[in-house]
Amino acid sequence: MTDLTELGVAAIRDGVRDGAFSAREVAEAFNANVARAKVLNAFLVETPDHALAAADAADAARAAGETLKPLAGVPIGMKDLFCTKGVASTAASLILEGFTPPYESTVSGKLWEAGAGMLGKLNMDQFAMGSSNETSAFGNVISPWRRNDGGNAALAPGGSSGGSSAAIAARLCPAATGTDTGGSIRQPAAFVGISGIKPTYGRCSRWGVVAFASSLDQAGPMARDVRDCAIMLEAMSGFDPKDATSLDLPVPRWEAGLSGDLKGKRIGIPKEYRVENMPAEIDALWQQGIAWARDAGAEIVEVSLPHTKYALPAYYIIAPAEASSNLARYDGVRYGLRDLPEGAGLQDMYAATRAAGFGPEVKRRIMIGTYVLSAGFYDAYFTQASKVRALIARDFDRAWESCDLLLTPTAPSAAFALGEKSADPIAMYLNDVFTVPSSLAGLPAMSVPGGLDSNGLPLGLQIIGKALDEQSVLNAGLALEQRAGFTARAEAWW
Amino acid sequence: MSVDIATVKKIASLARIAITEDEAARIAPELDNIMGWIEQLGEVDTSEVAPMTAVIPNHLRLRDDVVTDGGVRDAVLSNAPQAEHGFFTVPKVIE
Repeated sequence: MTDLTELGVAAIRDGVRDGAFSAREVAEAFNANVARAKVLNAFLVETPDHALAAADAADAARAAGETLKPLAGVPIGMKDLFCTKGVASTAASLILEGFTPPYESTVSGKLWEAGAGMLGKLNMDQFAMGSSNETSAFGNVISPWRRNDGGNAALAPGGSSGGSSAAIAARLCPAATGTDTGGSIRQPAAFVGISGIKPTYGRCSRWGVVAFASSLDQAGPMARDVRDCAIMLEAMSGFDPKDATSLDLPVPRWEAGLSGDLKGKRIGIPKEYRVENMPAEIDALWQQGIAWARDAGAEIVEVSLPHTKYALPAYYIIAPAEASSNLARYDGVRYGLRDLPEGAGLQDMYAATRAAGFGPEVKRRIMIGTYVLSAGFYDAYFTQASKVRALIARDFDRAWESCDLLLTPTAPSAAFALGEKSADPIAMYLNDVFTVPSSLAGLPAMSVPGGLDSNGLPLGLQIIGKALDEQSVLNAGLALEQRAGFTARAEAWW
Repeated sequence: MSVDIATVKKIASLARIAITEDEAARIAPELDNIMGWIEQLGEVDTSEVAPMTAVIPNHLRLRDDVVTDGGVRDAVLSNAPQAEHGFFTVPKVIE
């Protein structure tokens, strides 16, 4: 019998529907893989019973002859940024240790309604602040990938959705939720050779998702291929009156609309993404991606996004500013940690609680945010960054006059070793150079695996689309996927 | 140096994060370095552009002014580090 954990979302859904195997067998197989892979530290909480209950419901529905739900029998991983009713949710921070939400986030609730089950809560960078999963209060996630140099250096799975990426690449789950504020779905997907899409800002409800930077935060799926991402995204999207920026639009049938034929599509190549010191292998993969897009029928055009170099500094004002406001809620009063030194008053309790509960990167960003919003600096920093953000969005609008999609590398390097960049915050921030601009503009963007570098590590290609045009993004992703024929995988050592 | 130790202590106080002298001394050059990198935004001519307020055009909805939630006091208090008599409790505040 086939190893059920080799199957993706579509294959599991179809196999359960057709009776090739039971949903319970699928859940048990993935539960076993999760239990065996603790060294990867991908899961913060394991919920095998949740996965089994959803599986039994799917099997019972099939036995009763009912029409199965869209994700019936599919067990998934849930990034710990999503609040899950009755299951500890910490955003990988000590300040939320012990927090058990009495409510369900909209996105996770939609997935359960669609029939999915939960294998567990996935590790991540603390409050989604990081690009390597090294800021989690509960330990690094270890990528299942290793370099082919025999050195066995522990590699970063990317971040912030590093538990999600590692778990999918190691076959601990067929798909997982991620969230993307500046690249946190796309960069980890690229680092481990899987796919992931950040939809248009507002497609997925932010309700019940622990907030980092609300004008940027957007949930999306990560999975082994483009079709599985489309299936997951359909289940996760949709209008939610509980989120003020939720888009009141019908959810397109992305899976049914999939086509790898790019005839009539114009794909822009932004010249400003040819950054200094870009490794030759990244550039070579980009050129290969261009050739694949042309082979799929697309017309290739060069475009200019002149404000690209200012995206990262603008992001590192806007995101910390929003974070400093959002994270003001962690005060030791309503939930999570309280540190009350002997004889301390209320203000001392706040300061002690926040000092003990937040990790160094979270404190760094709260302090940057507090600084740029403080009296006398607001206009020079926050207002200027918001204006630059408008210029970055305008760059994209102008590019859309001559193209329908953009094709770029996802990240400026392959996965780096744990500890390699953690001493230099700016070096770490630069990892998001290709993903941040589309986040600032709220555009849908996806990473698909393109190939391997000379160390045998995956490299990703990014497709950016117009607002609300996830279909074209997915289709271009499919066209690249069909031509890349990416079948490489991490050899199991865990 | 634009971000010095005194500035770090002031920011930390505004952000309600307790820090020691040693931490302030360590954080100051880090933040100064990051803020120095961010300074390049000043090069951009933004005189003709309004700050972005909504990333995707959307209208702010109004809902009927009715109670849609409530009656969940115990659930709200269930995660409190300390709750008594149906209230959150904090150390005594004397002004």
